[in-house]
Amino acid sequence: MTRVSELSTTEYLLSGNRACAGCGLGIGLRAITKALDGKMVLVNPASCLTVLGGMYPISSLDVPWINVAFPSTASSAAGVRAGLRAMRREGEMTVLAMAGDGGTADIGMQALSGAAERDDDFIYVCYDNEAYMNTGTQRSGSTPAGARTTTTWTGKRENPKDVPAIMEAHGIGYIASTNAAFPTDVYDKVLKARDRRGLRYIHMNTPCPSGWSFDPKDTVKLGRLAVDTGVVVLYEIEDGVFRLTGRSASLAKSGKPLVPVAEYLAAQGRFRGVSDETAAEIQSWVDARWAGYGARHTPVG
Amino acid sequence: MSYKTIDMSRPSAGEAGRTGDWRSNRPVMQSELCSAVKAGRLTCQICWSLCPDACISQGMPPRVELEYCKGCGICAEECPTGAIAMRPEREHGTCDLPEADAG
Amino acid sequence: MTTRLMTGNDAAATAVKLARAQVIAAYPITPQSPVVEQLSRWVEEGELPAEFVAVESEHSALSVCIGASTVGARAFTATSANGLAYMTEQIWWAAGARLPIVMCVVNRAMAAPWNVLNDQQDSMSVRDAGWVQLYCRDDQEILDTTAQAFRVAERINVPVMVCYDGFLLSHTMMPVDVPSPAEVDAFLPPRTAPLQIVEVSDPRNVGPVTPADPREDADGALQPGYMELRAMHNASLLQALEVVPAVDAEWSEAVGRSWGGLVGEYLLDDAEIVLVAAGSLVTQLTLVAETLRAEGVRAGALGIRCYRPFPADALRDRLASRALALVYDKALSYGNEGPICGDLKAALYSMDGEPAVYGAICGLGGRDVTLEHLAQAARDALSDLEAGVAHRAPVWIDLAEGSMR
Ligand SMILES: Cc1ncc(C[n+]2csc(CCOP(=O)(O)OP(=O)(O)O)c2C)c(N)n1
Ligand code: SF4
Ligand code: SF4
Ligand code: SF4
Ligand SMILES: [Mg+2]
Repeated sequence: MTRVSELSTTEYLLSGNRACAGCGLGIGLRAITKALDGKMVLVNPASCLTVLGGMYPISSLDVPWINVAFPSTASSAAGVRAGLRAMRREGEMTVLAMAGDGGTADIGMQALSGAAERDDDFIYVCYDNEAYMNTGTQRSGSTPAGARTTTTWTGKRENPKDVPAIMEAHGIGYIASTNAAFPTDVYDKVLKARDRRGLRYIHMNTPCPSGWSFDPKDTVKLGRLAVDTGVVVLYEIEDGVFRLTGRSASLAKSGKPLVPVAEYLAAQGRFRGVSDETAAEIQSWVDARWAGYGARHTPVG
Repeated sequence: MSYKTIDMSRPSAGEAGRTGDWRSNRPVMQSELCSAVKAGRLTCQICWSLCPDACISQGMPPRVELEYCKGCGICAEECPTGAIAMRPEREHGTCDLPEADAG
Repeated sequence: MTTRLMTGNDAAATAVKLARAQVIAAYPITPQSPVVEQLSRWVEEGELPAEFVAVESEHSALSVCIGASTVGARAFTATSANGLAYMTEQIWWAAGARLPIVMCVVNRAMAAPWNVLNDQQDSMSVRDAGWVQLYCRDDQEILDTTAQAFRVAERINVPVMVCYDGFLLSHTMMPVDVPSPAEVDAFLPPRTAPLQIVEVSDPRNVGPVTPADPREDADGALQPGYMELRAMHNASLLQALEVVPAVDAEWSEAVGRSWGGLVGEYLLDDAEIVLVAAGSLVTQLTLVAETLRAEGVRAGALGIRCYRPFPADALRDRLASRALALVYDKALSYGNEGPICGDLKAALYSMDGEPAVYGAICGLGGRDVTLEHLAQAARDALSDLEAGVAHRAPVWIDLAEGSMR
């Protein structure tokens, strides 16, 4: 596991960008671009990431970047990859498709499924801020139950889609779940993905102070709490072998109970007013998932 | 054909302007509390790794680039030794910061 | 050059192979499917050294072409009707991003209701998206135009649609002269570097959010806003009015066959009534002109080969001082009139010697359009003209009014 002090000091994400103060995406993006050492082309659909990237003619990211239509992240990335191969340029850079949860779990799912079934050769990162943030915090298929958005005014009723599980059902070789609050975990997973071929899928939870309504200083705290409560679980699935990683692995190993989800809910404005009943349902959803992951976990060694 | 025929940006810091102006609180480093300073080598650097805006450069202690620091407070919150304090901007007079006022 | 009996779809696929397309992505739909099948077979058998991406939809087909074209590859796709509609977002994207993609549109009726047969409502619905649109009269023109399309697209950095009528051409065998690979190579060099820069050593953000107004870059130089970029796109598209004929002339030099560039004309010299259309109708109209001439009517035919950009000057030149232009549209701007008819009226408006312009809607959903239908419509138009009708609502050819209750 890479340590903070071992991360490259080269910065590809430039200061003075358009993201909100305390945006989790910024932390994750720094780690991702460092892992690829800038030798990448970012394929990005409409999202907060587009906004972060800045308006013409100035870019806030010091790597090649191609903007693409909202539903087309995976298909456009497949095209970039095919084009680079046709031009005999595929060795020059890793193709990194990166979309939000809306662009992945919802409108981009068809193209992503197609690319996964074909095992197209690129890394796909879904950064999951759990709603359509760029358009004003509407619900997505990845919004958790109980969360209030501008299209779920009294709290969403459904649990989020499990996109990594959908990707696993496609039989691709590398799938990981991570959280931007753990830059070294993000870094290690991207590094591992970089050295594999075929479609590699990384799901990165990114705490979003503006959309989740918490103080920007708590972005990392929220990310940690998400892991400690089991709301977000850090893992990877390599060639079908499931393994908890980082803090989730330590948690499982310690055998200690998860922090109650209520603590996570209480820390965010979007869950204000969640009923005890809903909170209990969320808790049992988390518990069942955690038990499932625990049962699948194959310790290293 | 020229660069202008299509929209294609070049990278530069400060795309959104001087984002330091967004700040209401400023991170102030209390060097004597920083574990890297205490150890006399480049340990920790957690604040550097967690700044969403790449406004901190590594060091003993790490240095904050106030021109762009948005004042989110993550660095202060996450510093394990409490070496960074968030202080109201108004304590620092006007927002017209000289370039050199870093750290 | 060898002459082979082939369908329009074969002709299109053959041209794509001769053009050495590097990335092909397409999704099957009647009547375009044989193009995809043939190209995928050639790629699989190693006869065509290209990347074939078997996408899960038309939206993805054009997305793959967009991605590939952005990094410099020569990209091709083909579709019809609902497939074209399904990729509409990307049709606009490909044009706005200035990517020289070539797409064959095998013209078919739009649902609902389902109908797999020919008309031109599909391609007409995206005429305003910023592509060059070329229409073909027969299978030979499909082969020639598809090959030419790559040259046109790459010269002006605007994508090109090659439109041809479903079944009437796509599935109809005709003798087609197939140029040799060497002849086509001499005509069509490999694609030059794209406008887009995708290099680790020179990182750029291609196609970011672009403000309405010009904005300074980091060096203080003013760069165009959205509206300036659109104006430049339009200017490049208009260049096709010179580039399409120039490329047709180069093709003629390379393989000895020309299609007249922007428009095709037949028996126009002394024609009083000019029959106007795009696509396979044009071939029919040449025969109708002969029929009418045998009846003593000085008739000619004018085929629109390049519909976007609209060749207004060429049409004004050919139609000045005629008595009547009768436009046969296989499409309709619902609530208005046929798209070619409306465009032609606007182009001729208030010029010296402006002819009367009448429209006729025909062949929707594969309704058979016979030579006699076309001729009778021309005779009717002439009697309306004689009766002094200046503005006439579009007539629907062969409409069974009795069944419309
Ligand atoms: C076809 C289409 N539909 C809708 C939109 C509007 N739109 C742009 S971004 C966005 C939401 C993005 O959400 P997500 O992918 O989660 O990214 P986030 O903004 O949350 O980072 C929407 C709905 C669009 N650009 N294109
Ligand atoms: S809305 Fe959330 S994800 Fe988007 S820029 Fe702001 S903090 Fe980041
Ligand atoms: S996080 Fe705190 S202790 Fe660690 S390097 Fe930064 S200031 Fe020093
Ligand atoms: S306050 Fe936020 S933006 Fe400023 S240096 Fe600290 S982490 Fe970075
Ligand atoms: Mg989102």
